[in-house]
Amino acid sequence: MEEISFETNKEPDILLPPKTQSKALRWMKENLFSGWFNALLTIVSALVTGYILFHSIQFIFTEDWSVIAVNFRLLMIGQFPVEEVWRIWTAFGLLTVLLGLSWGLWKGSMAHVAVSILAIMVVMLVMPFIQMNTRLILGGNIVLLFLTFFIGTKLPKLKVPVLLVWLLFIPVTIFILNGFGVFEPVSSNIWGGFLLTMLIASVSIIVSFPIGLLLALGRRSTLPVVKYFCVIYIEFIRGIPLITVLFIGQLMIPLFLGNGIEISNVMRAMIGMTLFSAAYLAENIRGGLQSIPKGQYEAAQSLGLSKAHMMTFVILPQALKAVIPACVGQFISIFKDTSLVAIVGLTDLLGMGQKLVANPEFLGKQMEVFLFIGFIYFIFCFLMAHVSRRLEVKLGVGER
Amino acid sequence: MESLFAVERLSTPLEERDDMITVKGLNKWFGDLHVLKNVDLTVKQGEVVVILGPSGSGKSTFIRTLNALEEFQTGEIVVDGISLTNDLKNIEEIRMETGMVFQSFNLFPHMTILKNISLAPIWVRKWKKQRAEQIALELLERVGIPEQAHKFPGQLSGGQQQRVAIARALAMRPKIMLFDEPTSALDPEMVKEVLDVMKTLAESGMTMLVVTHEMGFARQVADRIVLFDYGEIIEEGPPEQIFDHPQHDRTKLFLSQIL
Ligand SMILES: Nc1ncnc2c1ncn2[C@@H]1O[C@H](COP(=O)(O)OP(=O)(O)OP(=O)(O)O)[C@@H](O)[C@H]1O
Ligand SMILES: [Mg+2]
Repeated sequence: MEEISFETNKEPDILLPPKTQSKALRWMKENLFSGWFNALLTIVSALVTGYILFHSIQFIFTEDWSVIAVNFRLLMIGQFPVEEVWRIWTAFGLLTVLLGLSWGLWKGSMAHVAVSILAIMVVMLVMPFIQMNTRLILGGNIVLLFLTFFIGTKLPKLKVPVLLVWLLFIPVTIFILNGFGVFEPVSSNIWGGFLLTMLIASVSIIVSFPIGLLLALGRRSTLPVVKYFCVIYIEFIRGIPLITVLFIGQLMIPLFLGNGIEISNVMRAMIGMTLFSAAYLAENIRGGLQSIPKGQYEAAQSLGLSKAHMMTFVILPQALKAVIPACVGQFISIFKDTSLVAIVGLTDLLGMGQKLVANPEFLGKQMEVFLFIGFIYFIFCFLMAHVSRRLEVKLGVGER
Repeated sequence: MESLFAVERLSTPLEERDDMITVKGLNKWFGDLHVLKNVDLTVKQGEVVVILGPSGSGKSTFIRTLNALEEFQTGEIVVDGISLTNDLKNIEEIRMETGMVFQSFNLFPHMTILKNISLAPIWVRKWKKQRAEQIALELLERVGIPEQAHKFPGQLSGGQQQRVAIARALAMRPKIMLFDEPTSALDPEMVKEVLDVMKTLAESGMTMLVVTHEMGFARQVADRIVLFDYGEIIEEGPPEQIFDHPQHDRTKLFLSQIL
């Protein structure tokens, strides 16, 4: 909207001086060289950028990246046994099908997610060090993505089932990976690498959201017991560092559960991260709830809507929309903070990287390993931020 | 065809009709502030009562207690035979029977006009979506803006938004409509379109309680005027009596300031 009004505020074309300069030249003059100080700034920043770019590109193309090539499997899936890798591919295939269908069904933001994942698959496909059968499976997944995309565009009835399968996706994945008696069990203690990072991040993000929502609602409750429980929980968690929560989780959760139940390190880390991020999400969501004017509650009540209907249809959609940026910020920070689980002995992506560089065989290769890991984190965080911006724009329709 | 707003037009004289709202000895405090003092009021079926009074005299508070948007401490309120108590079920029933229109419209900004109107009928009255939307469209036609059904509230003018708010309240088929200064937030040129809708609604036989500063509307449409001052009803009667022969000094003062 703002852009449009800005456009109309400009002088009409007739009054502009005759166009003697090309558009690009004029743009440069207006934006880069308006006044000597700006010109100086432009030149200095161009030099600095050029210097950094030159060295980065030189580094990327002259370095020996074999440490990544050789350890690619370790970085991706850790010690997961080779003969059981089909389980990961099954989960990945399911993800592809869901992505493809959602892309076809909803387009919009889903298209961005699907295309980004597609791009990642294509890039992996052409990497020189990838094994032939991996390449075949990736190719198959790409075909599958397009196939399910077309199915999605043709069958709009699939929306509800696809949503349901999305809800089940993480539990099903964990089930397949772990085995749980149906297949040979693969203990989560040997899950690792990027796979582990993704699992911990997804579980924490997905589970902490409803908990955060409940905490936010509870904090505004009129029942003192509920209210103070939520306040104390939120303030307590927000008062201690994540690292501490992770340690407490490792040590205390088994105590709480008693002797009978074994619970793996991975699960403890997931619980710790979830409980931690729920407190922060609760505060974000509470901010959104507070931004809703009293009149909205009164209008809903005067129409006879029950409290549950009022929250579901009137208050929460507006409140959550208002806090999408804050929540996505929280999600991104959870994703990055999963790297802290390395400290409690898990080998997530970063933990695996640390193990690699500690290996004498790859002495002096820290730079390559950590750059690669940083790059992976960057891609996924960027993707999340990008999709959230799209979502905001899309939900901005009909704004006051 | 049903009468304009689906309310039976009444031919029996006012005195013989049933009571729609009965308020007896109503008292309300905001902390130490005594905002409603022993208010008694009975509104008959199909009666249009306009509430006048200076700012802060408790007009809004009074009509908001009628559908339990505000609590009260002592006294008795009966709406369409349902006694207003702390019982959630009674409150829900009363809210189903009373529609309310606010000064600031309070439309739901994230829903289309059609959704705004059909939401409560679908979830409270449990009507089929199709039926609720059908009725929403009819109501939009009646308030004169059928073409706006698929827009969002933010895309409408104030007068249009307030007419949507009226349609939204009417969609629940209420027996009583409460209006709290429905035209006070509107630009002067939009006041008439909203008052016209309210006038038609009154003529169709709806029981209405209207807080307003529109004296023309009060004189023309009201069956009875009620004057509030410092939380008390100081005078009530038909418009001619109140406007032409006010009894109470404070009524005279108020009218001299506003006319
Ligand atoms: N939620 C509240 N808490 C405390 N005091 C309140 C509250 N709402 C209203 N009051 C006070 O109660 C008194 C009556 O307010 P009310 O809004 O009913 O007046 P009104 O007659 O509607 O005035 P106006 O014409 O300005 O709308 C005022 O003194 C007001 O300050
Ligand atoms: Mg008021």
